[in-house]
Amino acid sequence: MKRRARREKDRIFKLFLVLALLAGVAALLLLLEEVLRKGLPWLDFRFLTSFPSRFPEQAGIKSALAGTLWLLGLTAMFAIPVGVGAAVYLQEFAGRNRPTAFLQLNISNLAGVPSIVYGILGLAVFVRALALGRSVLAGALTMSLLVLPIIIVAAQEAMRAVPGSLRDAAFALGATRWQAVRRVVLPAALPGILTGIILALSRAIGETAPLIMIGALTFVPFVPAGPLDAFTVLPIQIFNWTSRPREEFRLIAAAGIIVLLGVLLTMNAGAVWLRNRYQRRSES
Amino acid sequence: MEALNGTIKVDGSSTVFPITEAVAEEFNKLHPGVRVTVGISGTGGGFQKFTAGEIDISDASRPIKDSEKEGAGAGGVEYIEIPVAFDGLSVVVNRANDWVDHLTVAELKKIWEPSSIVSRWNQVRPGWPDREIQLFGPGTDSGTFDYFTEAVIGKEDASRPDYTASEDDHVLVQGVAGNRGALGYFGYAYYQENAGRIKAVPIDAGPGPVPPSEETINNGTYAPLARPIFIYVNKESLKRPEVREFVRFYLTEGIRLIPQVGYIPLPSEEYERSLDAIG
Repeated sequence: MKRRARREKDRIFKLFLVLALLAGVAALLLLLEEVLRKGLPWLDFRFLTSFPSRFPEQAGIKSALAGTLWLLGLTAMFAIPVGVGAAVYLQEFAGRNRPTAFLQLNISNLAGVPSIVYGILGLAVFVRALALGRSVLAGALTMSLLVLPIIIVAAQEAMRAVPGSLRDAAFALGATRWQAVRRVVLPAALPGILTGIILALSRAIGETAPLIMIGALTFVPFVPAGPLDAFTVLPIQIFNWTSRPREEFRLIAAAGIIVLLGVLLTMNAGAVWLRNRYQRRSES
Repeated sequence: MEALNGTIKVDGSSTVFPITEAVAEEFNKLHPGVRVTVGISGTGGGFQKFTAGEIDISDASRPIKDSEKEGAGAGGVEYIEIPVAFDGLSVVVNRANDWVDHLTVAELKKIWEPSSIVSRWNQVRPGWPDREIQLFGPGTDSGTFDYFTEAVIGKEDASRPDYTASEDDHVLVQGVAGNRGALGYFGYAYYQENAGRIKAVPIDAGPGPVPPSEETINNGTYAPLARPIFIYVNKESLKRPEVREFVRFYLTEGIRLIPQVGYIPLPSEEYERSLDAIG
């Protein structure tokens, strides 16, 4: 009798967990269904290769898509080396003392700072003090600051998970600390680091507030030709379309969301592919 | 015609944005060498950049404030103010509402003021049905909200808080179209797009009820819910041929585009006066 009651509880708990999972998935599916139904009919080659327009039939996403790719590329270029470098130092080289603990605490806190604050910082430092103007370079530097804590914390976490015995084995063979990090710890931690990078870039692709702050524009009828050009990004363009009186603009906004999701999924798929490759290699 | 090139930087109000965007789009077809960029930092944000000399043209849904004029003086920026169009607000009710023939500004104020306790139509005017009144309006971050409170209550941002607020005007249209006792307000462009689903209320500011239309907004009788919107041009930028040509294009060809994006052109003398001013 008692045993049956316990089993019953077990079943109820399992049901609850499944429901919790379904709630998340159902919300996502609903969202996807809505966006696909509205946006797909508008998503074609012309949409991808046209500049913004006041006519929804002629409006396209070319400059926003190019701006987003520029921004992501530059952000990755700045944030990944600096972020992983900082993590390696903190995890493998820094002494376990008070200054390190203080640094650590601050980095964790930075991850919780509202994004608009980074926008204000970017405006003061990159746009005005360094005189980069309202350029895609200034935007990417601001975004890099924003995602750095995410990369650092994730990379540290990944390196912490590498068994100490692997390090000891490297040292026993006469490796220096740098050799041990480069040949043993980093390859073993790479899958975790890549996950952190995916999370960081996924955040960068959806951020709007700091970019509006530093002066990303809304109507940009050209593709940035260099890092000092003006730019716009997908979320800004989508937001602008949803606030228009004509119903059709909301449909092309949905098409824009599909493009944004496409970029995000492609990026994540690439990172997952890389991760699987390295995971296999480090296990073999 | 000589080929123009260069970059023209425009920023400012999101209310003026659709007009400037349309003008920039058409201008670009004629002068592919000129790159016009338009931002939406808001009227205040636009003036901040404008008075610092960072942009050539500022889109503004209100005239420049004294504090901003001082900023321009400190930055050594001289400018020309050019009114470009009218922006109207519409007060709307459900299509099945057969009792509201017009509303006076005083009645609007009674409904919307911060201390308002109006919850049924017969509290607005005796003889109107004893039916619940459902209120819809833009959220407090909206320029439309600032404008309506200023024009009707007499003090910017003073409004009763207990109404259905949305930054998304489509939601407001939906709300008014779906509730028989509804009353709402939003930009004239949204009313125009949805004229079949909702009813605009004529407004009486003293001389009698006036419905919102292109004509009444243009001749100034639809008061106080219509306002001019502006562009401000840096005089220094105006010396560059591409900027001069852009502003001239704005005031000639641009007029044709204004109704397309839901705004109302000014009387044509206004444009001629501005054209004279830029020379």
